[in-house]
Amino acid sequence: MTDWPLLSLVTFLPLVGVAFILMIRGDEAVVVRNSRNVALLTSCATFVMSLFLWFGFQTGTAEFQFVEHAEWLPGTGISYRMGVDGISVLFVLLSTFLTPVCVLAGWTAITTRVKEYMIAFLVLETMMVGMFCALDFMLFYMFFEGVLVPMFILIGVWGGPRRIYAAFKFFLYTLAGSVLMLVALLAMYFQAGTTDIPTLLHHAFAPEVQTWLWLAMFASFAVKVPMWPVHTWLPDAHVEAPTAGSVILAGVLLKMGAYGFLRFSVPMLPQASADFTPLIYALSAVAVIYTSLVALVQEDMKKLIAYSSVAHMGFVTIGIFTMTAQGVTGALFQMLSHGVVAGALFLCVGVIYDRLHTREIARYGGLVHRMPKYAAVFMLFMMASVGLPGTSGFVGELLVILGAFQVNTVVAALAATGLILGAAYMLFLYRRVVFGKLDKEDVKTMQDITGREMAMFAPLVVVVLWMGLYPAPFLDIMAASVDNLIANFETARAVADAASAAVAMK
Amino acid sequence: MATDIPNLFPALPEIFLALVAMALLMLGVFRKAESTRLVGHLGAAALVAAGALALAFGGLRTVTFGGLYITDAFAVFAKVLVFGASAVTLVLAVKWLEQENVQRYEYPILVLFAALGMGAMVSANDFLSLYVALETQSLSLYLIAAYQRDTVRSTEAGLKYFVLGALASGLFLYGASLIYGFAGSTNFDVLARGFVAGEPVSAGVVVGLVFIVCALAFKCSAVPFHMWTPDVYEGAPTPVTAFFSVAPKAAAIALFLRVMIAPFGDLLAQWQQVVVVIAVLSMLVGGLAAIVQTNIKRLMAYSSIGHVGYALIGLAVGTEEGVSAVLIYLSVYLFMNVGTFAAILSMRANGRMVEGVADLAGLSKTRPVMAAAVATMMFSMAGIPPFAGFFGKFFVFKAAVDAGLIGLAVVGVLTSVVAAFYYLRIVKVLYFDDPADQFEPMPPQAQLVLGITSVAVVVFFLFPLPQVVVAAGNAARALFGA
Repeated sequence: MTDWPLLSLVTFLPLVGVAFILMIRGDEAVVVRNSRNVALLTSCATFVMSLFLWFGFQTGTAEFQFVEHAEWLPGTGISYRMGVDGISVLFVLLSTFLTPVCVLAGWTAITTRVKEYMIAFLVLETMMVGMFCALDFMLFYMFFEGVLVPMFILIGVWGGPRRIYAAFKFFLYTLAGSVLMLVALLAMYFQAGTTDIPTLLHHAFAPEVQTWLWLAMFASFAVKVPMWPVHTWLPDAHVEAPTAGSVILAGVLLKMGAYGFLRFSVPMLPQASADFTPLIYALSAVAVIYTSLVALVQEDMKKLIAYSSVAHMGFVTIGIFTMTAQGVTGALFQMLSHGVVAGALFLCVGVIYDRLHTREIARYGGLVHRMPKYAAVFMLFMMASVGLPGTSGFVGELLVILGAFQVNTVVAALAATGLILGAAYMLFLYRRVVFGKLDKEDVKTMQDITGREMAMFAPLVVVVLWMGLYPAPFLDIMAASVDNLIANFETARAVADAASAAVAMK
Repeated sequence: MATDIPNLFPALPEIFLALVAMALLMLGVFRKAESTRLVGHLGAAALVAAGALALAFGGLRTVTFGGLYITDAFAVFAKVLVFGASAVTLVLAVKWLEQENVQRYEYPILVLFAALGMGAMVSANDFLSLYVALETQSLSLYLIAAYQRDTVRSTEAGLKYFVLGALASGLFLYGASLIYGFAGSTNFDVLARGFVAGEPVSAGVVVGLVFIVCALAFKCSAVPFHMWTPDVYEGAPTPVTAFFSVAPKAAAIALFLRVMIAPFGDLLAQWQQVVVVIAVLSMLVGGLAAIVQTNIKRLMAYSSIGHVGYALIGLAVGTEEGVSAVLIYLSVYLFMNVGTFAAILSMRANGRMVEGVADLAGLSKTRPVMAAAVATMMFSMAGIPPFAGFFGKFFVFKAAVDAGLIGLAVVGVLTSVVAAFYYLRIVKVLYFDDPADQFEPMPPQAQLVLGITSVAVVVFFLFPLPQVVVAAGNAARALFGA
């Protein structure tokens, strides 16, 4: 099994599906049905393929695994290099796990241009998986940016009434951030002579260069996370995107920024990361509290969940920059958990949106009477989002706060405040939508979730409970890589401190 | 005496083109208008053959005609681009001429003469041969800009181009004469020997150099000498615009590279800031002015101005890496522009050509394949990976960063975000808007060209990027290794 190019297969298998969809001929109904089937089959096959990663992954080592290498651009030090470690492998799985769910989510909701929709999703999957697998900065950048194209089309073609505004805002915001990272990439390439990530991880960049490189990458990753105050594209994009687009946006795309911090900023630029930690804490704390308050007053369900995503990602950035084992592990766990939970919450919204075609909270109420199964599913994910023990949300948030408490009690206290606010807005949302009197005529006729929707939610429910009740397998995969990350970070800091002490002595 | 016959091999592609052009002219004269198609296709074949000749015989650096003419890897690279682009746009044009019922066999002949001039331009090793080549090219171009002589727009475009082009030629001559006066030669090799990096140089040479930079900036339509471009691109018949936006542009930039690097490479300190300013202004104007355009040809004019700005970053760097990056950029640019114009040439609804951006509305519903191809071109021009356009920009910015011009690279990436806006606007029109009038089916030639270029743009990173990187590296080394 090990001599198979497993990562390339997982990455590019969706493109094979795209090729099949492109070859479908026939009348409209046949094309629609077959593209759906091909997309579902391909994404499921990709998920099955990616399970080999889960079973074949060696815990206990921080080395990159399943490494592949091929020549690409001769004489430039840029090559095709793939590999995963404990930090990235779970995100590959998250991406391949959510894509079939998204295909199912668009099964009946998408009625126009189904073929193009499925193609966009499969291309998006390739880009996401490739980004987490890339072990070459150039390759990473290609996938990182490449995501924008299918997402732009998804929001713009199948989105809501203000879709064009949202699509442009999403694209240009992220592009503006990313191009600055490109300059940083080039500067690092110039300094180290290669774009090979494992080599860059061990290259010591000069302290004064680190600051600029860090800021340039921060511009890109902060927009992607998104951190306050560059988060404003997110509510627009979420609200206008079709349900599955929101799921993938919240589930995977937001993780790209945090992954970038973990893969590039922190290990490659330790000195600058340490210097800028207060900035990250401040922005994250603002994000956690401010966006939670904003979420409280939202009238639109998707917007509320979008703001809650910003708050949850604030936890993640705090966790990463605590640079403690608990904090970083918590951040990683929170990212996975948020990927599943926020995705599931958008699906919950999508389910009732498909029936009533409105996302306005006030238009609903008393759903529990007509839709008990739906109420139960929604409750579970709502609780997971709040961080109820026994669900995946609890583990991540607890670890982050534990980690934060070790380095900065104020930040830990502010983050904990965010938890309370999170509980407030989620419970408030749930009460207004699901409980209360069933007095609206059209709400009275709503059907409970169908078999297809149940098939969509079932795996998510299982994963949320599994991660909450028995998180050990996930934590084991992360452990070695996280320890290695922190050890390297501490060493680099110690070396830098010794160097500056030596300068001071003279 | 045998020694009196100069070595003709370095000029073989151009000699071949000249002979073919004259033969085809005879053919046209005797067979009149119905020969347009034949002359056009034979002309395109001749261009391809000329490119092959350049590849076959031009690899080694050879100087001939008493130092006036040179061939090296750089000239070959540029000639292959120029002849290839000319051939493809000529094939597209022949079809268009038939559709518009303006078949005249002079068109292919003029394109051949222009290509001949361009080939000689990139092989010039002396200001005199350079001027002759430049004028051969320009005079042919003035004529084909005014080719649709019954329409006001076309004649106006031709006249504007002629008046401003003549002014630029005057600037060039004046600059060359100043340099001759102060440095004592017009030959690039002799000039190069006379300058030493870091040593003071007479003010006369610097003034002459600035005049030449201005003239060359005009020829490749860089800001602030770009004013003619939008008008000429909009007014000229569409196939002429397609031709203008690729072949002469590539030739002018290649010429710019040779003139700045071969004789004046050691005076980098003198001209670098001028080229930096031109590059920055071109990127800014190209990005900002295109936003408000509603005519697609005019939009492409500003787009090309922006692209020249990015390419000139590589020249401003003035290193071997920079030159190689410009050549990569040019190759990518030709693919994208040829493909885009193949689509624009097929924008024909209700029996006539349309040129509005709005006419593309909803194309993804009426002609999904064409829309997907055009969208690919737009994403590529915006520099989004994994499309080809990204790699063009990547190498240019890399050269700038390596040479310490990080500010220039930052301006470059930020203006590319501005430019992304108007490219996205076209994607938006294609995909998000409701359909406008349906276009007539694309002619097979345009289908073929658009198909090949869009596939090439998508898979560029696999093929031919690695090969182009190597070839451009060799070409750049040839330019510096003089």
